[in-house]
Amino acid sequence: MSLLEIDNVTLRFGGVVAVNQVSFSVEEGEVFAIVGPNGAGKSTLFNLVSRFYDPADGDIRFEGKSILSLQPHEIAKLGIARTFQNIELFEQATVLQNLLVGRHRHRSNNPLSQALFLPSVRREEHGHREAVERVIDFLDLQPYREKYIAGLPYGVRKVVEMGRALALEPKLLLLDEPASGLSVEETQDVAFWVEDIKNQMGITVLMVEHDMHLVASVSDRVLALADGKTLALGTPKEVQNHPAVVEAYIGTTEIDEKVPA
Amino acid sequence: MDVLQLVVSGLANGCIYGLIALGFVLIYKATEQVNFAQGDFMMLGAFVCLGFTNAEFLGWPFWISVPLAILIMGAFGYFLENLVLRQMFGQPQVAVVILTIALGFVLRFVAGVIWGHEPVSLESPLAGKELRFGGLVLGWDEVTVILVTVVLTLLLYFYFSRTRLGVAMQAASQNQLAAYYMGIPVKRLHSFIWALAGMVAAVAGILFASKGSIEPSIGLLGIKAFAAAVIGGFGSLPGALLGGLIVGLIEPFSARYIAAGYSQVMPYLLLFLILVFRPHGILAQVHSKKV
Amino acid sequence: MRTVFKTSYDADINLFRHGAQMGWYLALLALAIVLPWLFNTFWIGEATNMLIWAIAGMGLMILVGQTGQASLGHAAFLAVGCYANVLFQEKLGLPFIISFPLGGIVAGLAGVLIAIPTTRLHGIYLAIGTLAISILADDLIVIAEPLTNGVMGLYAPDINLFGLSINRYAQPDLFYWLTLVVTLLVVLAYRNILRSSLGRSFAAVRDSEVSARAMGVNVAKTKAISFGISAGITGLAGALMGHFAGIFNNETFNIIISIQLLLMIVIGGLGSIHGAFFGAVIVAILPQAIAIGRDMVTGVLGVSSIAIPGLESAIFGGILIGFILFEPMGIYGRWIKIRTYFQLFPFYRRDMFRRQKSYLKTERMR
Repeated sequence: MSLLEIDNVTLRFGGVVAVNQVSFSVEEGEVFAIVGPNGAGKSTLFNLVSRFYDPADGDIRFEGKSILSLQPHEIAKLGIARTFQNIELFEQATVLQNLLVGRHRHRSNNPLSQALFLPSVRREEHGHREAVERVIDFLDLQPYREKYIAGLPYGVRKVVEMGRALALEPKLLLLDEPASGLSVEETQDVAFWVEDIKNQMGITVLMVEHDMHLVASVSDRVLALADGKTLALGTPKEVQNHPAVVEAYIGTTEIDEKVPA
Repeated sequence: MDVLQLVVSGLANGCIYGLIALGFVLIYKATEQVNFAQGDFMMLGAFVCLGFTNAEFLGWPFWISVPLAILIMGAFGYFLENLVLRQMFGQPQVAVVILTIALGFVLRFVAGVIWGHEPVSLESPLAGKELRFGGLVLGWDEVTVILVTVVLTLLLYFYFSRTRLGVAMQAASQNQLAAYYMGIPVKRLHSFIWALAGMVAAVAGILFASKGSIEPSIGLLGIKAFAAAVIGGFGSLPGALLGGLIVGLIEPFSARYIAAGYSQVMPYLLLFLILVFRPHGILAQVHSKKV
Repeated sequence: MRTVFKTSYDADINLFRHGAQMGWYLALLALAIVLPWLFNTFWIGEATNMLIWAIAGMGLMILVGQTGQASLGHAAFLAVGCYANVLFQEKLGLPFIISFPLGGIVAGLAGVLIAIPTTRLHGIYLAIGTLAISILADDLIVIAEPLTNGVMGLYAPDINLFGLSINRYAQPDLFYWLTLVVTLLVVLAYRNILRSSLGRSFAAVRDSEVSARAMGVNVAKTKAISFGISAGITGLAGALMGHFAGIFNNETFNIIISIQLLLMIVIGGLGSIHGAFFGAVIVAILPQAIAIGRDMVTGVLGVSSIAIPGLESAIFGGILIGFILFEPMGIYGRWIKIRTYFQLFPFYRRDMFRRQKSYLKTERMR
């Protein structure tokens, strides 16, 4: 059984078909990348998995069960975490607080005991903090722990957002363009982190990314989309050399040059 | 016949609400700011005109006082935007709401100091004259209110839907920075709109004061007009008028057919129901954010 | 500036950041406790009034400052708390120790009930929706005359607590201490909520609903909880207000009170407990300051000045306009700047707290 199955999903915005009968499945423990030109429907797929959109047709299953009857906030409880293309952090809170929000699904105290701050609440806070500190260590966020998001540079915010998703301790991590707007060095860091997330933490990664170099270096399988339709599915190398993909990226012979030897 | 008269007086009241609501919507459409003091603008416009024309103040001719009051309120709106609201550029919507609420307190106080707290009416040539259709007796003041409001709404509606200004206004409200880059003079546009809202408020005030009496706290009528604007759909000019008329009609009819105390409750009950079942008004325009 | 060397996670969880801070707050508390022995009856009353407004302010602050939901209708919850508390005592014969928290709970439930439809609204629509609630509550009190005695109003009985009879005029010091205890409990609960997951989910909803959802926060439920807690605390303030005023009717809790409450916490500084207290100080002191100012004018000019209607609201409005234009973070924001200036002396820079200006994008897209 696959971890995530997208089964023949279609979504329309008015007359525009944003996603057209797309099917694929993400296996446990792999890094799966979705590539394609702007407007191909990549982020829309993420929003479908996050239940922000309702598909017109088809089914989405996580661990074999359909998630279409769930509310957006119930998705996180299943163990699916995500980041956003245009960074959606809690601006008026510190990095630490942002990461702690990621622990929301692991809380067990009710509002009343929190208002009284019973010893059990304190114990739970310690647990959350420990988990968050592991993420901080992993992503080297120590210098920013008490900084407010509103004052942080773009690159750091991008990392914080990834950290917040990791704090959730997900089974499946959705990364929406994790390297967009980052420098070459920062992109390199992202590549290392994605590999470690897969190998050390055992978290399955589904990501949307434009940077073919990054995609080729970290992903196990790649899905190419254009105009909401599947172009190709396979290993990075297979997809890059697929005629339909080459055609979609007209004049982009440089893709071939970027393939690592 | 009785019912018809109720309808006409309800419509006349509704037109006043509609005019105030028009001011809200104008400003909201163009700047995304919400002017909670629009009712107090109306009060101020009425008092300015009254100060010129009433015998106990300056006693100038009515037809000179009216355009003068409209111009003064236009200037007031213009300078208010220039001096105060421009500082609020980029601050959250609610900050402007709170600012204009506070401004309303100040305006009410100032009007009270200058013109006193006793209810007064505007000495207008319209007051007291009647129009008879068979058995139906209509006040000229009420008929004028309805006519002026309809004409003004149509004028503004076509002005903004047919001219480049309307498009520029929409653009500026949706993304100030982008509009700036596209060469739209956002600041001048804002000043212009606030001036326009001031003038519309003056018209509403003059009409209101010539068919009843006014006092400084009458500006609180703005809250009811605000309800009207939301009922009609914030952001739509015809919606503002529609909402005003609905509120204007619902008041006398609920007072008559339910109980006197309910004429105050019904508009807000309707507002609440509209917000629950159709959160963005009858003529709505809201889309969801893309992530 | 003090650097705290943290040796355990508790350093971030505890109520006070370091010993000196705890010392200052304990000193403030000691001063608050001995206050009745230092001042006369009149000023004890004023201090009580200030504390009641501070409780109401904290109630609204949870909703506006912490969860980012503007409410122009909180006088309705003051009214619910006040009427419920007095009616429980008068009609059901419950003692104050039960009727008072029950009044808060009833107000809180009313808040949750109202939150269910209104929390789907955003920004300006929420403001106008809550405004409608305040106006409806005012009218409902009049319509429900058999219970509320309409515009004639109700008398609040003397409080009976542990065998003590507390009347605002006869035992001002006891009433003050009672209010102080309630204030402290509310502050403690407020702080506890802020440092646990509930407070963080409030902030998440305030800053980004989309990503709050993606993190598993049930936005509608969180808003309803915030509304409930906020209304409950406001209801407690309302109950105290009823006993403080002695007699109350629908006018005691009209729309102007709703607006004043919101303006108060904005002046004080949104998003902090301090803000609620600073705002309450302004609200409580302003009428006295105006009275004193008027007496001085009378003394100098030798003419008897009469009360000018609307002066108080106008000055209040003027102060608020000044703050919004020049110090949007309120008195608390100014206080932080002054404190930092002295802590860093002489290294404070003018632009230290400057944030990048954010340009408005439409709120019609959500």
